[in-house]
This record gives sequence, structure tokens and C-alpha cells, in this order.
Amino acid sequence: MRTFLVLVSTVAAIVLAPASLRAQDVTITIKNHRFTPAEVKVPANKRVQITVVNDDPTPEEFESHEMKVEKVIPGKSKGVVRIGPLAPGRYPFFGEFNQATAKGVVIAE
Amino acid sequence: MLGAAIIVFREVIEAGLIVGIVMAATRGVAGRGRWVSIGIIGGVLGAAVVAMFANVISDAFQGAGQELFNASVLSAAVIMLMWHNAWMARHGREIADEMRRVGTAVSEGARPLTALAVVVGLAVLREGSEVVLFLYGIMVSGTSVSSMLAGSALGIVAGAAFTALTYFGLLAIPNRHIFSVTSWLIALLAAGMAAQAVHFLNNAGWLVAFDRTVWDTSWLLSEGSVLGRFFHALIGYTERPTEMQLMVYAATLLAMFALTRLARPSPRPRLPAAAE
Repeated sequence: MRTFLVLVSTVAAIVLAPASLRAQDVTITIKNHRFTPAEVKVPANKRVQITVVNDDPTPEEFESHEMKVEKVIPGKSKGVVRIGPLAPGRYPFFGEFNQATAKGVVIAE
Repeated sequence: MLGAAIIVFREVIEAGLIVGIVMAATRGVAGRGRWVSIGIIGGVLGAAVVAMFANVISDAFQGAGQELFNASVLSAAVIMLMWHNAWMARHGREIADEMRRVGTAVSEGARPLTALAVVVGLAVLREGSEVVLFLYGIMVSGTSVSSMLAGSALGIVAGAAFTALTYFGLLAIPNRHIFSVTSWLIALLAAGMAAQAVHFLNNAGWLVAFDRTVWDTSWLLSEGSVLGRFFHALIGYTERPTEMQLMVYAATLLAMFALTRLARPSPRPRLPAAAE
């Protein structure tokens, strides 16, 4: 129990990371169940913030197992997805509700 | 149509697994059907409300509202599961004894069925809101609506069948082991949920410490597959866990174990049941 409490307080102590560390911003737009741009370059080993703008009237789920994100973006609205730090490489993402067309990839370099 | 069925099925099995385990864990307790039903109905209604306010939730907290909402729901469920296991540690033996004596039904009024109803409700709410949004998307887009809806219905039915399968599978466990098996399942379930909450807090940018990925088992079992999803829901399987996720997973199991130990009634010599 004590170990647990110590762990909880340690965790609490390091939880609050300054938001200013994440300056890298990228925007991806969903239109007709497609992503634009479908290929996004981001710096490797940094936390990156992706703003996903959904121009469709239908909701979409921005998902990537590789980047460990899963986020519902309601129709005609936008959502913020925070990723990284990523090792250099290709990280595919897709729209779960329209997997046939909604595909893209983040390239970390 | 098949695509819609699979998407919906994947969402439903996660909640279904939890319902199945809860049903097995409350085997022989009077009134459990009512409580589990209340949990499911509450969860469905909640899912509709969450879907309706998806915009508001999404925009809250600088766009991290959805992640924080998910993390809160998961944390609440973890606390409920801990409470349940602690309670079971204290009273499980009495219930098991009574079950043996009187057959099946136990009219134990004080069981924390409410806690489990809340767990069921939260699980249905979380998974259900995605299904609701998906169905809403189908309606709005207006293309091949009927076949997509038929697929979704198929997914829900398959998910319900899966729930029944989980339940009856667990029922095959003999009476005297059922409580320890379900306690373990619930502990693993809770640890998985806690690790998932960490993941959401990380995505929200609120908990970024120790966020290095420790291993990658996506080649072995993809989290996107139905089997991967199953293990994700059951024991919190993650392809690429971070250090923090692993620590919290272990800490939750440890806390669960410690709580169970603390709650256990102090051992005192017991006369065999026959001598009463």
C-alpha cells in the first residue's frame, strides 16, 4: 500500500508538463472522407500537435495504432491530436469510420 | 455492410466482455439481473448524450476534452472494481458458503451491485458513444444506409452473442473457484483500464513523463484485430506500452492485491459447516 502511495505521489509530481514544449503544429483536413494532406512530415523525437479539421458533416475517428491515437472528430468541427515523440519512420493513420478512403501517413524525420 | 458489422462488433465486444465477467462474478446473487440491466440501459442513454455533446466535449480543455473524459470514465471504473474486489475479499466466503447450503440464489442485500452496475454503465457508455456516432454518420451521409445499418445491427447481435459466450464460459468454472477466478479477471480488467487511462492522459498532454515505448508486439498481435481488441479489453493488451503504462498497470495490480489483503477478515478458527 505504501509503495503504491509513494508511486502515486511521484506520478502526481511529474504529471504537469509545460504545454509550451509542444510548439510543432500540423493541420490535416478531412473532406469527402479523405485526408489532406495525406502525407505529413513531422520532426522526429518531438511531441507534435496535429489539428484535425473535419469538413464533412459526418463524424470521423482519427486512428493510428502506430502513433497510439484514437480520437473522434465530430462532423463540421476539429480536434487536436497529440503525438510523439516518434522515432524516425512512417506512421500510418486512418479514419475508422471510412477506412476505404480515409488513409494517410505521418513521416517522422 | 460487413465493414460496418466489424466496426460495431469491435466496440461491442469490449463492453460485452465486461458485462459477461460481471454477470459471472455476481452469479447466484438476487437482483443482479436488474442491476446489470440498469447499468446497460444507463450506459446506452449516457452514450447517446455523450455522442450528442461530442462537439462540446471535444473542444473542452484546449481540445483534450475527449481524452480527459475517457481517462475519467476509466479511472472511475477502476475505483469501482477495486471496491468490488475488496468487498468480495471480506464477504466472498460467506456468500460461497451460503450458496453451497441453499443452492443458487443468495438474498444478500448489501452486495455492492451498484458498483458493478456503474462499471457496466461506464463500459457501455464509452464504447456505445462511438457506435452512436458511427451510426449517426451513416444516417447523415445517406449512402447505402440500409445495408450499413443492417451491418451495424449484425455487429450488435454478434457482440451480444459474444457476451453470452463469455458468461456461459465462465459459468463452466466450478462454484468454489468462481469468486477467485472472477476476482483475478476483475483485477486484470482494472489494471488494463488504468493503463488505458494513462494512455489518454498522455494523448491529452497531461501526463507525458516516462512516455518511451518499451516494446512493440504489433507483429505478434495487432491491437486493431478482433483478437487484439479482445485481449485489450480483457487484460489491457497494448502493442506498444509506454514505461508509465507498465508502471501504472503493475501498481494497480499491486494496489488491488493489497486492498484485498487488507479487506480480508482476520483469520479465526472456523468450525466446519456440518458442526453448526
